[in-house]
Amino acid sequence: MTAPVSDRQNKAARLTLGLLLLAGALVVIALLSLTTGARPIPPESVWQAITAYDASSTDHRIIWDLRLPRTIVGLLVGAALGLSGAVLQGATRNPLADPSILGINAGAALAVVLGVALFGMTQLSTYVWLAFIGAGLAMLIVYSVASLGREGATPIKLALAGAAITAVLQSVVSAILLTSPRTLDEVRFWQVGSLAGRSIDIVLQVSPFLVVGVLLALATARMLDGLSMGDDVARALGQRIRLSRGLAGLAAVVLAGGATAAAGPIAFVGLTVPHVARAITGPGYRWILPYSMLMAPILLLGSDILGRVISPPGEVQVGIVTAFVGAPFFIALVRRRKLAAL
Amino acid sequence: MTTALDITRVVQTRTRSADRRRNVTLALLVALLLVFALALYLGDYPVPVEGVIRSLLSPFTGLTDRGVDFIVLQVRLPRAILAVLSGASFALAGIIFQTLLRNPLASPDIIGIAHGASASAVFCIIILGWSGTAVSFGAFGGAVITALAIYLLAWRNGVTAYRVVLIGIGMAAMLAAVISYLFTRARLTEVQQAMAWLVGSLNASRPGDSIVLGGALLVLIPAMIALLRGLDAMELGDDTARSLGAKVEFTRLGLMLVAVGFAAFATAAVGPVGFVAFVSGPLARTMLNGAGRGFPQAALVGALVMLASDLIAQHLLPNTQLPVGVVTGAFGALFLLWLLMASGRSGRVN
Repeated sequence: MTAPVSDRQNKAARLTLGLLLLAGALVVIALLSLTTGARPIPPESVWQAITAYDASSTDHRIIWDLRLPRTIVGLLVGAALGLSGAVLQGATRNPLADPSILGINAGAALAVVLGVALFGMTQLSTYVWLAFIGAGLAMLIVYSVASLGREGATPIKLALAGAAITAVLQSVVSAILLTSPRTLDEVRFWQVGSLAGRSIDIVLQVSPFLVVGVLLALATARMLDGLSMGDDVARALGQRIRLSRGLAGLAAVVLAGGATAAAGPIAFVGLTVPHVARAITGPGYRWILPYSMLMAPILLLGSDILGRVISPPGEVQVGIVTAFVGAPFFIALVRRRKLAAL
Repeated sequence: MTTALDITRVVQTRTRSADRRRNVTLALLVALLLVFALALYLGDYPVPVEGVIRSLLSPFTGLTDRGVDFIVLQVRLPRAILAVLSGASFALAGIIFQTLLRNPLASPDIIGIAHGASASAVFCIIILGWSGTAVSFGAFGGAVITALAIYLLAWRNGVTAYRVVLIGIGMAAMLAAVISYLFTRARLTEVQQAMAWLVGSLNASRPGDSIVLGGALLVLIPAMIALLRGLDAMELGDDTARSLGAKVEFTRLGLMLVAVGFAAFATAAVGPVGFVAFVSGPLARTMLNGAGRGFPQAALVGALVMLASDLIAQHLLPNTQLPVGVVTGAFGALFLLWLLMASGRSGRVN
């Protein structure tokens, strides 16, 4: 009688402990991100810079102007990417679903490319709004196309519509980049995905969206659990399928749109982190979502730190390092464990 | 009583399926022939219909007109043939992976094989400074090595579809990062050259490309047909298939090799033209509406999408020849969206 209950309590205790450990690791990584770079700054100076700012100290200025915004952007973008990936995989029940499959990255890229090619924009802070609007529009189109027909936005229709819209948008992007070398030159650096050079303004611009997105995403956990049983079962249990998918989609687009706006398109994090989280927690989005939210920024910030020190005096953009750190780890995990199918 | 009724129903359904298959195939063939004829007829240099027909028959009739023959037989015909062959190859590569891995998103342009070809080609262009045929060899090698690496990494007492897909996208992410890295480190002119290759184009096609690709298809298509027999049993699940005497691993490895062959030869010929591999299978299946697996129909759809896209790419803008890859994405996607909407009305997507 008591055995299953205590088993469940054990599991909950174990997973809570895991979450705390991840939060601790995240704090360590964030601190490392403040101290590491072309000019190493000891932790004491970091502490002084935050508590007793001295404008004449170069170290203090580096912390406030460069490292702190960069670290905050990394934390926010990482959490947003991890969560949006997990939510999208749950809502579409497809292990390959991620923001880039559903047109978000392509929409953001097209908006930025158009801004550069037509209006000569070169400021990162103007890209933010362009990328956000582009991502939102793309996802809206994908969702409306997939919702046509009697049974609404089924997983397979969402995936196909997303891939189709992505292809259309990418075609336009390629056509512009091929005919306008100036735009190609400007956009090739944005397209990689990077945390460098993001000022505190960008943090202030995107963080309201990201906070709303995080709350909305965490609130959909129960609905995603329902959807994971299949539409028919979920409907039989009284769940409103369209509403659930709509809310999950909204959360994903706000999160991924904000993340892409702040850091450029970073494809790998949202796709793979939820799989790692699922391998630890087992099914159940109540746990998968917070695990994804904490693990993704660890991957992103850790990669960013590595990118700063790996090829001095230059830096390697975080989008590149993430793929090179994350992919082998992900492949090893896929090989070693039997990952749960969705 | 009921059994008699059931049997009549089964027979009716089967006949209906066969009818639908035949109608879809015929419609696709007619459309392909029409677009092919259009491809021979349209161009900057106007050739009347009689001229096109005379040129096509000139090897038999001996009636030659050197200028017109050159345009029709040396320029337009090889280009149209290459479009048909490469489109069909991409489509077959796509539908094999989509069927084997049981996921409509699992086409070679998503699970890393196209990325292998692209990363290798970009490396050849930017680091080694190659161009032309050498890049094609590089792309071919990249595709084969990537596919092999994915298969070996996914091997663990056999290969499951889910593992291949996940390892494939891991590889895809790494290779995409290689391309991005090379793009940020290279001179702009090299980036432009690489970018042009990545989009995929028939503008620089040579007659030799069609001969190589055609020869490859002569080997690959019979191999695919032979292997497809094992697939029916495999759709019941690996264990059931094994107990029915199907050679599961052999069939799967064989089909994957064939699919990689299709993708690699086509990519070497025209570059990693996007979306044809992805879209052809779902399009063919939506048209068939459950009447068959749709391999031949998918090949026809692929050829049609490629040929029509190339025609549009050549004539859309007055003085510019767009690369075909720019159009396949848009054209194939609009085609797919239209079908999604049309089948959405009747409430069925497969």
